[in-house]
Amino acid sequence: MSNQHQSQESHDHGSVKSYTTGLIISIILTVIPFGLVMTGALSTTATLAIILIMAVVQIVVQVVYFLHLSEGSGPRWNMISLWFTILIVGIVVVGSVWIMFHLNHNLMVGM
Amino acid sequence: MSTQSMTNQDAHAHGHEHHEHEHHDPVATRVFGFWIYIMSDCILFASIFATFAVLGTNYAGGPTSHELFELPFVLVETFVLLASSFMIGLASLAMNKGDKQRTMLWLALTLILGAVFVSLEIYEFHHFISEGAGPQRSAFLSSFFTLVGTHGLHVTSGCIWAIILLIQIATKGLTDMNRSRLMCLSLFWHFLHIIWICVFTIVYLMGVI
Amino acid sequence: MFGKLTIEAVPYHEPIVMVVLGVAALLGLAVVAAITYFKKWGYLWREWITSVDHKRLGVMYIVIAIVMLIRGFSDAIMMRSQQAIASGGAEGYLPPEHYDQIFTAHGVIMIFFMAMPFMVGLMNIAVPLQIGARDVAFPYLNSLSFWLTTAGVILVNVSLGVGEFAATGWLAYPPLSDIQYSPGVGVDYWIWSLQISGIGTLLTGVNFFVTILKMRAPGMSLMKMPMFTWTALCTNVLIIAAFPILTVTIALLTLDRYIGTHFFTNDMGGNQMMYVNLIWAWGHPEVYILVLPAFGIFAEVVATYCKKRLFGYTSMVYATVAITVLSFIVWLHHFFTMGAGANVNAFFGIATMIIAIPTGVKIFNWLFTMYEGRVQFTVPMAWTLGFLITFTIGGMTGVLLAVPGADYVLHNSLFLIAHFHNVIIGGVVFGYLAGFTYWFPKVFGFKLDEKLGKASAWCWIVGFFTAFMPLYALGFMGMTRRLNSYDNPDWHFPLIVAAIGAGIIACGIACQLLQLFVSIKNRHQNIDETGDPWGGRTLEWSIPSPAPFYNFAHIPVVEERDAFWHMKENGVSEQKPAEYQDIHMPKNTSAGFFIGIIAAVFGFALIWHIWWLAIVSAVGIFVTMVMRTFNDDIDYYVPAAEVERIESQRYQKLSNQA
Repeated sequence: MSNQHQSQESHDHGSVKSYTTGLIISIILTVIPFGLVMTGALSTTATLAIILIMAVVQIVVQVVYFLHLSEGSGPRWNMISLWFTILIVGIVVVGSVWIMFHLNHNLMVGM
Repeated sequence: MSTQSMTNQDAHAHGHEHHEHEHHDPVATRVFGFWIYIMSDCILFASIFATFAVLGTNYAGGPTSHELFELPFVLVETFVLLASSFMIGLASLAMNKGDKQRTMLWLALTLILGAVFVSLEIYEFHHFISEGAGPQRSAFLSSFFTLVGTHGLHVTSGCIWAIILLIQIATKGLTDMNRSRLMCLSLFWHFLHIIWICVFTIVYLMGVI
Repeated sequence: MFGKLTIEAVPYHEPIVMVVLGVAALLGLAVVAAITYFKKWGYLWREWITSVDHKRLGVMYIVIAIVMLIRGFSDAIMMRSQQAIASGGAEGYLPPEHYDQIFTAHGVIMIFFMAMPFMVGLMNIAVPLQIGARDVAFPYLNSLSFWLTTAGVILVNVSLGVGEFAATGWLAYPPLSDIQYSPGVGVDYWIWSLQISGIGTLLTGVNFFVTILKMRAPGMSLMKMPMFTWTALCTNVLIIAAFPILTVTIALLTLDRYIGTHFFTNDMGGNQMMYVNLIWAWGHPEVYILVLPAFGIFAEVVATYCKKRLFGYTSMVYATVAITVLSFIVWLHHFFTMGAGANVNAFFGIATMIIAIPTGVKIFNWLFTMYEGRVQFTVPMAWTLGFLITFTIGGMTGVLLAVPGADYVLHNSLFLIAHFHNVIIGGVVFGYLAGFTYWFPKVFGFKLDEKLGKASAWCWIVGFFTAFMPLYALGFMGMTRRLNSYDNPDWHFPLIVAAIGAGIIACGIACQLLQLFVSIKNRHQNIDETGDPWGGRTLEWSIPSPAPFYNFAHIPVVEERDAFWHMKENGVSEQKPAEYQDIHMPKNTSAGFFIGIIAAVFGFALIWHIWWLAIVSAVGIFVTMVMRTFNDDIDYYVPAAEVERIESQRYQKLSNQA
């Protein structure tokens, strides 16, 4: 059983260092958007853009440092399935919003 | 883990020599299967997010997100969940070192922080409902409660899972089965925090801009 | 104590329902009596109910599918005869509230409880055998999926005798399905039967996706997989990606009905169009979930009976993958008329037309495989030829409907009904019946009767055209779907023709059942000694029929596409291995069965608002699941000597023949 533990350590679940790095970056990427919205320091558009970018970056950071998907030896299919899922999530969310926005527009909801 | 090393390990574990057949490795297969389940769970959340995106501003004359949401409270929730996500990472590391005691310690901490998070959410829900802002009030509140509640239910089931896993590790140790369970639970937990990033950004922050 | 459930829930004043229930009860009693008389309860429990063997589960899925085919088809016969009678002021024999339940039940049963179990059943039987695996990746999960599906089936059928079924159409659009307009339990039956069986389907999707990716025999790269396995892989991708959307949609409707939220209501900011949007975001991939495996079956059948390798394997793989992705960007074509406007409609209309291209590629794959092949006109080939013509017509009417302008005229008319029956009967049903005939000997060890099989295929094909071509015309004549009665005399004659067509299809189903009966009776004449009755090309034919429970004594090593054909050409297919090894197998478990049955009780309790029972059964499900995780005694080894004993019987048979 011992050889198995070694082989996993070398490869599988990162290290305290990678988790700590991920944690610290995540804290920063959480504090900034909350701070921006709570203080109202920037214009609405700028705030919106920044908080969305921060969210995407934080997701990527967690995927890399917590889920360790970026490591080359990890199973290829995990990555493919993740990309496919992102595609479907995009289609469902963007498509629904697009369709429903046009319906509302044509039906003049709220007018 | 390379396929080769797991194959050997599997054969030794069963006291059988199976060089020919066991070309797939059960632990990796189980974790991969769970990963695929998580992918489908992503799409489940995406559908609820789409619903929130469409209905999230239909206040129907009721309370709006500006009036309801309190960001400092949400920030606390976020840090609690982030900390728990970090803890389960430490639990996996301890497991990889074969350290049963520390694995259980970190897992218990994950569980406690998860429970705190759920309690905070229940408190928030209770607070909203007592102010007359329950899920029946408007489409906005229906979709808010459903989206955040679904996430909360996931965290709750993660907590229950952690309790069961603690019992299993305590009684049987870090067996292959329990190792794959902890690997799945840690995937699940990290995934729930990633969903929470979307929740606090889209629901809470964008709701009060 | 019993929530909304009272004795009034049993429709004892409805003669049709009571007769059906009486017959069903008698049949059920007869089956129970027969099992008891032949002392088969123990056998049934050990070998079937608790089985995790993918072949056994596949057979049980298909049994359910055939029973539900008969149930769903009786609904069809009732609708066709009602419409043939209820002309020019006549009321017919079905009152509107009953008729509405029938067309709802017909759609729900045929899609969820006939087509889905049939597809999953065929996948269960064929996929592990085709990829050279001994079982699926998660055998216990497979059993659980089956019993969850069964729970859904139980709930749908209970609705016949206790309470009512939804009268909303098969997708239960709000606001009609909201509590305000459907206060009864019909929609709740719909909700819980779909929700519970949908979870089963999702688990199946995950299970088979992992099985195909992780359990293939050594050497079988993706591009060496049999075509049916490829289509099964894509179908499972679709299940994993689409079924969560259905789960959410139904859950939101459930919240609207049970706790008074406002997702799809008319007031308080709700938007029923979001429901239509979401349910079709699942609904369109769903039709490809059903039809892709049928395409795979046709590919296997054509290659086998034309004695040629499949023409354009690579193009067919890419076509399948293209359909998988494209099927997610066409869902709006189900509601062009809802008013999203020209730009949105144009995008989805064009996307819909594009999806016809990869489908067309496949038609040519099959045609060119047959070209210059030595075509054997067997029963599966009869289904395939019927499919090619029928499906092509259905596809073309589909492209017609993809034009938003045309759709505004034809939406919700009988033209639409004719179109989707054209592709679902012509594609899905013909495909599954071809697969049923094709793989039957592999499961049971004997072939099905050819004559009756062909008679069935002819009845289905002729019956289909007689029943549905008039519906195209009726659509153009302005007849809308779901009419209980009508006063336009011009519609009467085509509807009589359609009813006759349904009668011919009934003969087809009768032939199918008779075929099963005759084949079982004459099984000793049609026995499959070699395990390769059709001169097959893929790995499932390299093992004996019926397949041993461990499938492969030795996991084969794959070098080529059509692996078994390659082995036969090299003369290595009948070599007896030098020695056997112990085989690692999963143990049977009753956990899946108990969870499924308790889930049915859970659904029933929620339908009737019997809250204490819902809590008790939810706890029951939880406890059973947790108990299962504490059980470590889940696998065992078949000793090499036992494997050798079973295998040498087969080589004995083979040498006897030679």
